[in-house]
Amino acid sequence: MAEGVDVLTDSTFEEEVAGADVTMVVDFWAEWCGPCRMVAPLLDQIAAENEGKLRIWKLNVDDNPVSARKYQVMSIPTLLVFKDGVAKKRIVGAKAKAALLNDLSEFL
Amino acid sequence: MKDVRDVIIIGSGPAGLTAAIYTARANLRPLVIEGELSSTGDQPGGQLMLTTEVENFPGFIDGIQGPALMGNFRAQAARFGAEFLTEKVTRVDLSVRPFLVEVGDLAFRARAVIVSTGAKSKMLGLENEIKLIGHGVSTCATCDGFFFKGETIAVVGGGDSALEEATFLTKFASKVYVIHRRDSLRASKIMQERAFKNERVEFVWDSVPVELVGDTMLEGVKVRNVKTGEETVLEIAGLFVAIGHVPNTSLFVGQLDMDENGYLVTTTGSRTNVDGVFAAGDVADHVYRQAITAAGTGCMSAIDAERWLESQPHEAEILETPTEW
Repeated sequence: MAEGVDVLTDSTFEEEVAGADVTMVVDFWAEWCGPCRMVAPLLDQIAAENEGKLRIWKLNVDDNPVSARKYQVMSIPTLLVFKDGVAKKRIVGAKAKAALLNDLSEFL
Repeated sequence: MKDVRDVIIIGSGPAGLTAAIYTARANLRPLVIEGELSSTGDQPGGQLMLTTEVENFPGFIDGIQGPALMGNFRAQAARFGAEFLTEKVTRVDLSVRPFLVEVGDLAFRARAVIVSTGAKSKMLGLENEIKLIGHGVSTCATCDGFFFKGETIAVVGGGDSALEEATFLTKFASKVYVIHRRDSLRASKIMQERAFKNERVEFVWDSVPVELVGDTMLEGVKVRNVKTGEETVLEIAGLFVAIGHVPNTSLFVGQLDMDENGYLVTTTGSRTNVDGVFAAGDVADHVYRQAITAAGTGCMSAIDAERWLESQPHEAEILETPTEW
């Protein structure tokens, strides 16, 4: 896992989201989800290239069902973008890097 | 003219990657423009990337996971020198020689082109359908089945893909409706038997979805019985659509011959109407649509391309004769 991508769990979610001083992107994923595994390295790159502007967190939905349910995640990969502790945007489905950057452009 | 390649392969499912293995082994140094990441079957590796166990690909006694199989195809092609570009082709010009293949601002030239862009799943075309993706409507059963533990959901369709999805989804859902427009299935016997035996699967025959119920979250689907006209709302939390495929041929409209459904037309093996352009896999096959048939036609297209290239005068080399030295 590249620098700038951290792991989030049900127990740390609220604290990290509320305390974040940069835009937070939470990547809801699972081991058995092919598109999730393919999008992961792209997110690693985006995190590394935008250090200081946004931080990417990974949340494994198998191990952390509470957060997935709370944010009504019913499809993965889903990216939830948080700013000042509030969910601002939802990006559903695997996409090419350019498309992801485009979706995230308002936060960069 | 510099950087003219022998072969460009567009698409990277079983057809494209088999063509890559064969053309790479023939020292044609293929460039595979493999497509772009998505949560649909239109992605590098193709439709098998969204499947789990593949039980009918010969050579794997105990079956193999779809993504693992495609990973093997790709690694095998790479081993023989195939090059990969993980982008989507944006335009082709098959009226010029060498052929022009564009990926955004990048332009590639090739003496031969193999088209193996495959097919993608049809959607229902109902209002709200796109909006509800990720909120109950799913394009990927293997990705999203997990979120419907203990729920009632529905699969639309009556072919192998529909029954495979329905059977897979019973691992999570307590009930899976299979909504099918006829009163019999075209799925293979083994898939039918599995579905009929499964207590969690309930068939809704002679019916088509006419409306998705739910504003921000899918709550149900209204189906119409095509024989009686009666409409019923099924309360469901999830909807998976497997009603067939459309070929990915929009790039080639007006350039390659297609049938009335948009599938490429091939003659004498894998040849298209344009000399030097070959087609393989589901993009030219609405009948068999199997990984093994796609791989088979991918092999044919590679051999056809190789022989065609050998029969051509070496124009590229003549054009490359330096005049400025």
